[in-house]
Amino acid sequence: MTNTQPIRAIIIDDEPLARMIVQEYLQSFANITVLQECNDGFEGIKAIQQYHPDLIFLDIQMPKINGFEMLELVDNPPDVIFTTAFDEYAIRAFEAHAVDYLLKPFSKDRFDKAVRKWLDRYADHQAALAAGQDPSSGSTAPGPDSAPGASTQQALLETASSSPFQQQRIVVKTAGKIKIIPLEDIHYLEASDDYVKIHTHNGAFLKNRTMSYFEQVLDPNRFVRTHRSYIINVQQVTRIDPYEKDSHLCILSSGAQVPVSKAGYVKLKSVLGL
Amino acid sequence: MAKAPLSTGKFLLIFISWWAIWALLQTSLLIGFGLSTGTALADSVFSNTIVALCCGFISNNMQYYLPKKERYWYILFISLGISLLILIICQATLVPLLRGKSGEMDYGIFFSRSWAVRYDIIFLQVACMSILSVLWYSSEEEQENRQRRNDAERLAKEAELFKLRQQLAPHFLFNSLNSISALIGSSPEQARTMIQHLSDFLRGNLRKEEQQWVPLSEELQYLELYLEIEKVRFGHRLSTELDYDPACLDRRLPPMLLQPIVENAIKFGLYDTTEPVTIVIRARLEGDYIRIEVENPFDPETSRPKKGTGFGLSSIQRRLYLLFARPDLLETRVDNNLFITIVKIPQ
Repeated sequence: MTNTQPIRAIIIDDEPLARMIVQEYLQSFANITVLQECNDGFEGIKAIQQYHPDLIFLDIQMPKINGFEMLELVDNPPDVIFTTAFDEYAIRAFEAHAVDYLLKPFSKDRFDKAVRKWLDRYADHQAALAAGQDPSSGSTAPGPDSAPGASTQQALLETASSSPFQQQRIVVKTAGKIKIIPLEDIHYLEASDDYVKIHTHNGAFLKNRTMSYFEQVLDPNRFVRTHRSYIINVQQVTRIDPYEKDSHLCILSSGAQVPVSKAGYVKLKSVLGL
Repeated sequence: MAKAPLSTGKFLLIFISWWAIWALLQTSLLIGFGLSTGTALADSVFSNTIVALCCGFISNNMQYYLPKKERYWYILFISLGISLLILIICQATLVPLLRGKSGEMDYGIFFSRSWAVRYDIIFLQVACMSILSVLWYSSEEEQENRQRRNDAERLAKEAELFKLRQQLAPHFLFNSLNSISALIGSSPEQARTMIQHLSDFLRGNLRKEEQQWVPLSEELQYLELYLEIEKVRFGHRLSTELDYDPACLDRRLPPMLLQPIVENAIKFGLYDTTEPVTIVIRARLEGDYIRIEVENPFDPETSRPKKGTGFGLSSIQRRLYLLFARPDLLETRVDNNLFITIVKIPQ
């Protein structure tokens, strides 16, 4: 490798021994420096924003916010190698564009393979940057196994949202702070340009996801997409009034009025058992 | 297949004495009609023996063929036919054998005169035996069915209980193995201890039978093992407090009940907060119950454990229901930022 600049890495795992083994295995990669070990996702976000590392080793099950939620909250997340004990997360890891995922306990060989794979990608990326190309459009990046075709990607997404990994809360960042919103606190979701506005007891929060993403991951018996731009929490519904031709207006317990389209009204009626 | 009634010694004895009595009664009746004692005896013993053999045959064969309910009238025809057969055998044997004058009358004439009465009595005996056999076998069959149903239900329940007990979190196992892998490099001694703890824990998980209740002291030892392993993983954040009334220690409870509750509390506590976590386990006697409380901190801002069976306690709830047929033995309570699981075990 011609690149002599050290590669900067961060390890994020809530178990000290699990971090220790990554440190130990990394000793044979002289050009990789571990800048910090983090106990949880909050420390992880801080460290990533402070150091902008080239690579992170990320556990999935962690206190308060898990590895995926942490990644969602980071702007321009670095490359990730997931380290997790349980297979059910592997699909989601793939979806999150992981370089690789290591199933605990993993061997030195397996670890080396994952790191080397990333190093190759990183070297290509650096070379592309040096040549002044946009790496994302070049033939060199990303590697073949990290870019499944669009249909595979869709299949993975569907499997992930139907897996036991049912979303129980939504994590957002507001004024630099991380906020965890339990699903029952949500009144309704509203499409807002490239974001989704989440209306709750304590005000509204923006999240950079699509309406169809939320429609997929939220329990369809609790959250109904009543309109192209609205998803409501059915527990919040107090009244449904007719409104104009073919459409209705849903009145929530907070007093908010949410439009219901013709198709949305059919869905809402079946969920409410009318 | 149901057992034939006559294969039991007791029933066989009753059966034989029954026919001995019949034979004696018939002998005295025949003497009363004026036959000589010898002829009367020969007649009764022979005809009753034939009837007894046929009855035995019927009773044994019903073991293989039992008429369906709607075909019970078959029994009538079978009995009529067999009775006729018996009478013909008796006539064909007895009349040539005892021919001639006996006492005051001719045996041949006597036999043909008593023909109808004999048929009547033989039919009664045979029909009675057939009906008794049918009743016997159907009740046996019914009992067997009930037994089978009970067995099936019991097996299903046991299997479910077994599954509920075996719910070893794979996460726990793999993360523990990962810790061992890390320790092997830095402190092999500690790695060995951890392997020892983990294997003892797994052995305990595999071995125990649902019916064998264990004393609380044993459960606490087992729990200790589990906590040791968790502390290797989370020692920097996890501490535990054990507080029990010594009088509880020899009280018994179903095995492997405590550990899943504590595991749940640890998971809840460790993953819902980022601060150090103290798990408190209390045990004391309360009337006819052992009352065990497990307490863990949580963040009320972000988690809303439902009253009743919050978080991952449903399998414990189900197990308690299968064991005691009561839904009220597991409770949870929220006290500020503490989540408390309470389980009561009837004694």
